[in-house]
Amino acid sequence: MSAAALATRELLLVEAVNDALHVELARDESVMVLGEDVGRLGGVFRATAGLRDRFGPDRCVDTPLSEAGILGAAVGLCMAGWRPVVEMQYDAFSYPCLDQLITHVGRYRWRTGGRMAFPLVVRMPYGGGVRAPELHDDSPETYYVHTPGVKVVVPATPADAKGLLAAAIRDPDPVVVLEPKLVYRTARGSVPEGEHVVELGRARTARTGTDVTLVAWGAMVPLCERVADDLAGAASVEVLDLRSLKPLDEEAVLASVRRTGRCVVVQEAPRTCGFASEIAALLAERAILDLHGPVLRVTGFDVPYPYWQLEDWYMPSAERVSDAVRRVLAF
Amino acid sequence: MLNGGGPARRLEGVSDELLLAMHRSLVLLRTYDERSVVYHSQGRIGTYAIYRGHEAIQAGLVHALDETDWIFPSYRESAIGLLRGLPAATILQWWRGHPSGWWNPEEINVASLCVPIATQVPHAAGMAWGLRLKGSDAVAAVIFGDGATSEGAFHEGANIAAVTKAPLVLLCNNNQWAISTPLSSQTACIRLADKAIGYGMPALRVDGHDVLAVYEAVREGVLRAREGGGPTFVEAVTYRSAPHATADDPSLYIDPERVEEERERDCVSLYEEYLRGLGLLDQDLADAVREEARAVMRAGIEAAEAEEPADPALVFAHAYVAPPPDLARDFDELRRVHG
Repeated sequence: MSAAALATRELLLVEAVNDALHVELARDESVMVLGEDVGRLGGVFRATAGLRDRFGPDRCVDTPLSEAGILGAAVGLCMAGWRPVVEMQYDAFSYPCLDQLITHVGRYRWRTGGRMAFPLVVRMPYGGGVRAPELHDDSPETYYVHTPGVKVVVPATPADAKGLLAAAIRDPDPVVVLEPKLVYRTARGSVPEGEHVVELGRARTARTGTDVTLVAWGAMVPLCERVADDLAGAASVEVLDLRSLKPLDEEAVLASVRRTGRCVVVQEAPRTCGFASEIAALLAERAILDLHGPVLRVTGFDVPYPYWQLEDWYMPSAERVSDAVRRVLAF
Repeated sequence: MLNGGGPARRLEGVSDELLLAMHRSLVLLRTYDERSVVYHSQGRIGTYAIYRGHEAIQAGLVHALDETDWIFPSYRESAIGLLRGLPAATILQWWRGHPSGWWNPEEINVASLCVPIATQVPHAAGMAWGLRLKGSDAVAAVIFGDGATSEGAFHEGANIAAVTKAPLVLLCNNNQWAISTPLSSQTACIRLADKAIGYGMPALRVDGHDVLAVYEAVREGVLRAREGGGPTFVEAVTYRSAPHATADDPSLYIDPERVEEERERDCVSLYEEYLRGLGLLDQDLADAVREEARAVMRAGIEAAEAEEPADPALVFAHAYVAPPPDLARDFDELRRVHG
């Protein structure tokens, strides 16, 4: 490995997002960032800080408050030869853009018989636990994963936040990047300097173990790592960070569960039809004889995300995850 | 301009050649529409959205644009690509539900047909804005109906176009009906052109039966756009004197007398009368233009019907440039079961 490849910096997760944007805008002059408050302010979380000063107001654009309009305009920008990186200010504020996402973003290439590409990125902070007002806490990954023609990634570490965003920007297909805002400023880690790309569709083993596999993504990964630490001595817990929900690294999930024989899937989103159910279905279809017990899900509930004085009751806790691990081990 | 028998005014900068080209466009569009209704009744195409009476809006738009300018049509303008050289067979296949109805928008600078209402408006805004940012002097035009002005996508697209000074013409075909809903139930505005004020955008309101009036209004918008003056809203007022689509039954909601009245002001007949007044059109030429259009349609339906059935691989192809691997597995499974 060259010396350059070893150069790293300690960054917070949100700083790694910012780093990726700086590197990718410098690398490819067709990449542009647009969204609400991304320019002058640098984004409400500062993920786009410095871009407007460095690349100008036409490549880091403060748009009107218009989520569906922004994403619709991004479709047209792609047709004009741009690679737009759209910021949705918060998870639940992205819902108006689902209209464009479902009816056009995921379908337009297909509609042209593969003659045009729509290399756009929609990135947004997502998830709960941040003591915020209503509709600043949602985990909407299922809506995006369920939309054909779209890819979905969720980083859990600063290095992956940079590498997956870079991969998303370079990918020829539309990619939704969900950034776990709970750990924006608590996840710190070493991040490769300069160009750093993490291939889409590759899971990461965050902890190795032999008794049970915890499958998670985003802010649930560090939670599962804490559980693995808490249970050390009592159980050997493997933690698999999916990183990419679509394409899904099915082989990594199957290989891990083949070794451990037990699986608990942890997600913040409501339970029904959540992505955890997809993992459970995958194991039911392709790993039934490897399983020593039921695949358990620890999830949010099928209710609106509660006001923040109640949110700790809603979010998957270390206690609930540990409880699920004990139940599947005792099965 | 086409005042039904009054003295024929010539539009500045419009040659005889262009006047006759507009006529061929009107007749080609009319013939496509008439034949499609027949093909539908014969079971040769699927449900079809009729545009009879709106040919002047489409032809006026296309002739006011350069070929490098982009058009974002709704499904009502399904055949507008004919005027940019798209084969009739391609459009007929679209209505036959065959994937060879897909076209490459970049070959003719006509976007894919937009089926949901008004959602192509922000696409056109983004394209126009993106062209300007790339230093191109091409513009974009988007066409939609009166009902579309009630949609959020229209509002958001118009607003973004205005804020970014996108070189865009927003052309509204106000045919006063959205399936069965009259304009009075659609909006409290008297004139749709007034909506442009809310976006800080100039607007024009013209007779949508008059191809030259539409041409002149769009041309004004295109000139403004090319000079960096931002978008223009053009309201072309017509009337939907045909059913919304082949599946529609307008007898449940429309006034048949009004329909008859509007059919009297047919945009193709009015224009032919104008050309006759100028001495540019006689019966022989009119017949020849019609026959040419019919030949296009005969060749089109023949080519469409001669096409092989669609390849099942096309169920999976083209959704992604780099597809998730499970799609290939799904296709293998489908072939295993269905052979």
